Amino acid sequence: MPFNLLVVACLLYVVFLFAVAFIVERRAQAGRLGWLRSPLVYTLSLSIYCTAWTFYGAVGYAARSGLEFLTIYFGPTLVFVGWWWLLRKLVRIGRQYRVTSIADLISSRFGKSNTLGVIVTIIAVVAATPYIALQLQSVVLSFGVFASATPDGVAPPDPGSTAIWVAVGLALFTILFGTRNLDAKEQHHGIVTAIAVEAVVKLVALLAVGAFVVWGIADGVGDIIARIDAADLSAWQVQPGRWAGLIFLSAVAVITLPRMFQVMVVENDDEGHLARASWAFPLYLMLMSLFIVPIAVVGLDRLPAGSNPDMFVLTLPLAEGQGGLAMLAFLGGFSSATSMVIVESIALATMISNHVVIPLWLRMRPAAAAGDDLRSVVLNARRVAIAAVLALGYGYYHVSGGSAALAAIGLIAFLGVAQVLPALIGGLFWRGATRVGAIMGLVTGFVVWAYTSFLPSFGPGAVLSDAVFAQGLLGLSWLRPQALFGTEAMDPLIHALFWSLTLNAIAFCIGSLLTFPGPVERLQGAAFVNVFEGSVGPQRWSKGQVEPEALLTMAQRILGEEEALSLFQSSAREQGKDSFLPDPTPGFLNRLEAQLSGTVGAATAHAMISQLVGRATVTVEDLMAVASESAQIMEYSAQLEAREAELTRTAGALREANEKLTQLSIQKDAFLSQISHELRTPMTSIRAFSEILTEGDLPPEMVTKYGRIIHDEAKRLTRLLDDLLDLSVLENGTVQLNLGLASLQQMLDTALTAARQTRPERSFVIHRDLPSEAIYIKTDADRLTQVFINLISNARKYCDAAKPELRISVRQRAGRVTIDFIDNGKGIPKESQSLIFEKFARLTDANRAGGAGLGLAICREIMTNLGGSVAYLPGQGGAAFRITVPLRLEKLAA
Amino acid sequence: MPEARRGEPLSQHVLLIEDEPNIAEAIRFILSRDGWRVSHEADGSAALERVRKDRPDLVILDHMLPGMSGLDILSALRADPETVALPVMMLTARGRDREMAEQAGANRFMSKPFSNAEILAEVRSMMGR
Repeated sequence: MPFNLLVVACLLYVVFLFAVAFIVERRAQAGRLGWLRSPLVYTLSLSIYCTAWTFYGAVGYAARSGLEFLTIYFGPTLVFVGWWWLLRKLVRIGRQYRVTSIADLISSRFGKSNTLGVIVTIIAVVAATPYIALQLQSVVLSFGVFASATPDGVAPPDPGSTAIWVAVGLALFTILFGTRNLDAKEQHHGIVTAIAVEAVVKLVALLAVGAFVVWGIADGVGDIIARIDAADLSAWQVQPGRWAGLIFLSAVAVITLPRMFQVMVVENDDEGHLARASWAFPLYLMLMSLFIVPIAVVGLDRLPAGSNPDMFVLTLPLAEGQGGLAMLAFLGGFSSATSMVIVESIALATMISNHVVIPLWLRMRPAAAAGDDLRSVVLNARRVAIAAVLALGYGYYHVSGGSAALAAIGLIAFLGVAQVLPALIGGLFWRGATRVGAIMGLVTGFVVWAYTSFLPSFGPGAVLSDAVFAQGLLGLSWLRPQALFGTEAMDPLIHALFWSLTLNAIAFCIGSLLTFPGPVERLQGAAFVNVFEGSVGPQRWSKGQVEPEALLTMAQRILGEEEALSLFQSSAREQGKDSFLPDPTPGFLNRLEAQLSGTVGAATAHAMISQLVGRATVTVEDLMAVASESAQIMEYSAQLEAREAELTRTAGALREANEKLTQLSIQKDAFLSQISHELRTPMTSIRAFSEILTEGDLPPEMVTKYGRIIHDEAKRLTRLLDDLLDLSVLENGTVQLNLGLASLQQMLDTALTAARQTRPERSFVIHRDLPSEAIYIKTDADRLTQVFINLISNARKYCDAAKPELRISVRQRAGRVTIDFIDNGKGIPKESQSLIFEKFARLTDANRAGGAGLGLAICREIMTNLGGSVAYLPGQGGAAFRITVPLRLEKLAA
Repeated sequence: MPEARRGEPLSQHVLLIEDEPNIAEAIRFILSRDGWRVSHEADGSAALERVRKDRPDLVILDHMLPGMSGLDILSALRADPETVALPVMMLTARGRDREMAEQAGANRFMSKPFSNAEILAEVRSMMGR
């Protein structure tokens, strides 16, 4: 096959890719992507994972290390099968917060720290450089294979110049389609579709070569299995430690590789695509790995010893004279290399421009922040970054001289980007993770990786001297790059994997535990970790096309039905529309936002309309504004709560007062009811007997008898009214006290004489101790005597002893005098003792003498007014009352 | 003193349950003069026993009684098949007891103070005279 033909085919293929990307880009701009946004395209674009390393290198890997190459497919398969746990969250966050790269994700999560963004960018660039070099190398090698296989007079191209041309070509293609315009979401539909096409070419090419090997060279499946059994592939046996390490490493890489993040998260159009990809992508990987072993085995068998197994995919068809098939295989490998380089350089350029160039630019020219020329600055920064990334790749290729095996370089790159893992996982699942922890982890991991894996990859004596390899850094043997802390027997890769990630994770955890996240960090941490809680689902709004109905529904929810409707109707009238739904013009949206702001706050209103209109991004500043509004609302509600608590207290006090009033009202009703009874009872007798007397015709003795009853009942009425008035005066505290010195003995004498009118027929034996009564008390003598009369009369009334006796004993103590009245009757039942001082608390009517039951209540009121008390003394044999009065009552302040 | 003015062969029996002696005396006088046989009980707790023993044709029952209230006595009377239909007139000195008395099954209700003519007319109408 002529080499020129190969170049022409290559160019045609590139032109074809150009056309695909161009057409799709045009359709995307017109909003007509249709099936191009399908899960199929998404899944195929994920095949960016399979680079030239996979396309060519897997066979070489199998030829050298047997089935170990499968670990590179197992890792991603596990991640995608378990997509629900991590990838879903990653994609949701990426879509919700318009994440533009993995550096952006880490930086936003830890409080929009640009330091972190820069660190991740540096790690990504450093780790990607050998990987890009690897792609260039594979293209150069494949060209070389064709050139050497076709000695048709054309000199085989110089590998160095081939690499330059390839790098320049890729840079041009990437710049043309990767930086055509600035999309808020950093999506590149044209390139993604071109990548999907290349994915198909890769798969078809590899399957075609595989099918040719199995059915063209060998005699079908049975024969090939027999050949595999017979082959002496070096490491058929599985090394569990290395396998587990490689599976883990490739699983981590599929998440953290910048290009994977780009197609998986940034270019994702629909979260649902992920569910499809969760089985379709592993299926793709399985197909890609299906014929690796047969090709390796047959290649080892057929091709001359010393042939580079990395090129078996090309050299086998060439050796068998299958020029067309070799061409297809070449295009497959070319696709693998170019797609990786394109996407990787776009992803890296985005990081470099967003986290390095733009912050620097803004720092140097703060005035530019407001200007429009930032767009062109960003685009130019990206273009330069893409060129720089490819230049770096070429530089690495040039320096390393394309010596190392493809797979080894790939794994070193994997391990480099894997350093992002602790910060990423911690950021997504641990709210306590902090910026300082992330920085510490990343720096630690990066340094350890560089020292144990990246720098040694240049070979002993290149960057690290032989002495460092043999004796360790500064002669410290525990710092030997491939035997840290004396771990000598480990596989170098596993050694680097173990130490870099372990130390990284430890530094990350320690840093996070020792520091406290700032406010933005806490906000972002909560938002990222709890992204599935209370968040809205993926939006379906296409750009600039918002349904007025949706706006109305939202407005009604916030403003209320009536107000929302009238707002929409008036806007529709102003637009000259008949219906009540206005067009979502910018003017109307502004008006609506202003209305919503009044209810939910400006930031929230803006975010809500942005969500529906689907064009503006929700930035950290927006979120902060929402948060501060929420804080105000919370403060306000705290105030409301405080006020409510106060109201509750007031209500409680009111309720208590009300209960008291109700109680008083009940007491008043009961009191009035009692008074009514006490008044009506004598009036009934008076009325009845006065009617009888009026009718005449009665014997004189009856007239006298009934006349006396009328007289007694009238007196009873008078006494009742007197008592009531007395009680009322005493209870109101309006009583006038006539204070003066009075002899206690005289007062008792007076009282005994007066009380004799009560049941005068009974003769009482009175026991007194006259010397003790020889006291002068400063008090209101009339009132105190009234109390004595009451108590003595009660004794005369109720003492039921056959020979009634009353003992009056006086005692003085501490400025007070106590006078006890104790009779020898039955006394008052225990359960009634607390009632006797209440109004109308007449216990029994058996011995009533016309009292209304107010006597003791009046006594109590009098004693309160006199600064003393009256109490019942239980357990004295008979009824016993104790009066306590102050010896010298001073006039109370009026 | 009781005289059968309207010629009944046997004067009808009124049991008066009232703790105020003067009121009891007045009612006894008024009814006796009209030809009724009147017996008197002052203690609420003895009233039911007294009804059972005396088998009166009519009971005049005071509301506020020592021992057992008039309402309780009335409820007990209405619960007993023998006295369920016994005509009962309740007396009360408090204004708001009418409803409770009627619910408890009183046939008539009188507030104190009453006129003699009034109580006489009520007793007569209760006994269908």
